[in-house]
Amino acid sequence: MSNVFEVAGDVSLFGLRAVTSLFRRPIEGDQIRQQLAEVGSKSLLLVIAAGFALGAVLTLHTRSTLVTFGATAWIPTVQALAFFLEIGPLVTGLLVAGRVGSGIGAVLSNMRATEQIDAIESLSIDSFKYLVVPRIIACTIALPILTIFLDFSGVLGGFLAEYAASRLSFQMYIAQSFASFEWSNFYPPTVKTAVFGFIIGTVSAFLGYTTNEGARGVGRAATRSVVISSLLIIVIDVLLIKLIFFIFPESAI
Amino acid sequence: MTTEAATAVAFKHVSKSFGAKRILRDVSFDVPAGEALCILGRSGTGKSVTLKLIISLLKPDSGDIWIEQEEICGLKETEISRVRRKVGFLFQDAALFDSLNLYDNLALPLLRLTNKTPDEVDFVIDRVLSSVGLEGDKRKMPSELSGGMRKRAGLARALVLEPKILLADEPSSGLDRITAAEIDELLLRQKAEHNTTLIVVTHDVRGAKRVGDRIAVLDRGALIADGTVDEIVHSENEIARNLMSE
Repeated sequence: MSNVFEVAGDVSLFGLRAVTSLFRRPIEGDQIRQQLAEVGSKSLLLVIAAGFALGAVLTLHTRSTLVTFGATAWIPTVQALAFFLEIGPLVTGLLVAGRVGSGIGAVLSNMRATEQIDAIESLSIDSFKYLVVPRIIACTIALPILTIFLDFSGVLGGFLAEYAASRLSFQMYIAQSFASFEWSNFYPPTVKTAVFGFIIGTVSAFLGYTTNEGARGVGRAATRSVVISSLLIIVIDVLLIKLIFFIFPESAI
Repeated sequence: MTTEAATAVAFKHVSKSFGAKRILRDVSFDVPAGEALCILGRSGTGKSVTLKLIISLLKPDSGDIWIEQEEICGLKETEISRVRRKVGFLFQDAALFDSLNLYDNLALPLLRLTNKTPDEVDFVIDRVLSSVGLEGDKRKMPSELSGGMRKRAGLARALVLEPKILLADEPSSGLDRITAAEIDELLLRQKAEHNTTLIVVTHDVRGAKRVGDRIAVLDRGALIADGTVDEIVHSENEIARNLMSE
């Protein structure tokens, strides 16, 4: 148990070091842009496809239940609220933890095992600032943007499933989706994914950057990055929802 | 506080352990500027650790390490960067950045640590690559290079900032005898043309005799012999004598 607290402390210090390094020169703009492309652009298709499929499936399931209560008119509203409040942020976080977290863990641990990180240091370059900070920034920025894509692709997937069943028009579907929607349903859940991004970047980079197990450590770092990031996202999600309800009571349905 | 002016690197009673395992025990040696020191010894005797201590990738548990006239163990991170600029490091497996092509591997330190214009960077890279025989390969990725080419590329990157001291970790490992001799020649040419101080860690006795002005022999973390090739061949220490006769 004490080992868990020790690792948690080390990861926290690692994240804190990343935050303080952010304000030191050089800014590493090229690396940040490169990592944003890696984390953001390359995850986009996966996120849109997942959102679309989830939206369609969720509509099919809720429709069969709501039909019995004669409440099919609520499908667009339920769909939009479900996606923007919880499904979008959580699923995006877990998808990115799987795709990007494992990549960060594997790349950095491989660089450690093959002495590439030592080589960067030997060239008088701060390897932490060059390798770790841009990855954490990229995850933190990309997550909210990817979440918005997943939210809207979910709504679109839901619309197509509903259109196939009831021929409801797109304008009507969207109008019903956002009829009882407030900014507090959109802002806080989307912004909380920046925290998920920070967790994914920090945990994965920590596990990759600090490994010293050689080639064997590469696979372990990749797997542990996904597992620990995903678990932390789920736990932190619960805490953040409580915090959001406290700050924005109107967002509690 | 200064040490002898002509000394490039000095170890003074350096010890280093990893956990309970003692790697180096009270090791002391000097390397005069412009000299080539080859450190020989069996696997696990602390040879690579010695190099990493010199470039401050590791810190000693006790003892002092001097680079030129500066004791480096008490320096802050920003000051260590300044000292590292004097030292080039050829890693055992070259440690090329596998996401960058050869040109970008060499351009990275030049663009970040010097005020050179892109044209000047191009010029330096062409010159350094040409000196190691890789002038036609600068757009290749590290995965496209053979073992010998990777060593040359690693050497080119170590030399791109024109270091006064060059550290080489097993420069001939994994190479055939001819290619290993070519790498040794490149090291010797660097020493002759630029008066670069060489510290070479190796298993290859033949290479050590070819490159080294002096040989130091490490055994179980202790320095058991230090001298010219002749002195080591006739050393009183049996392990050192046996090593040289391999």
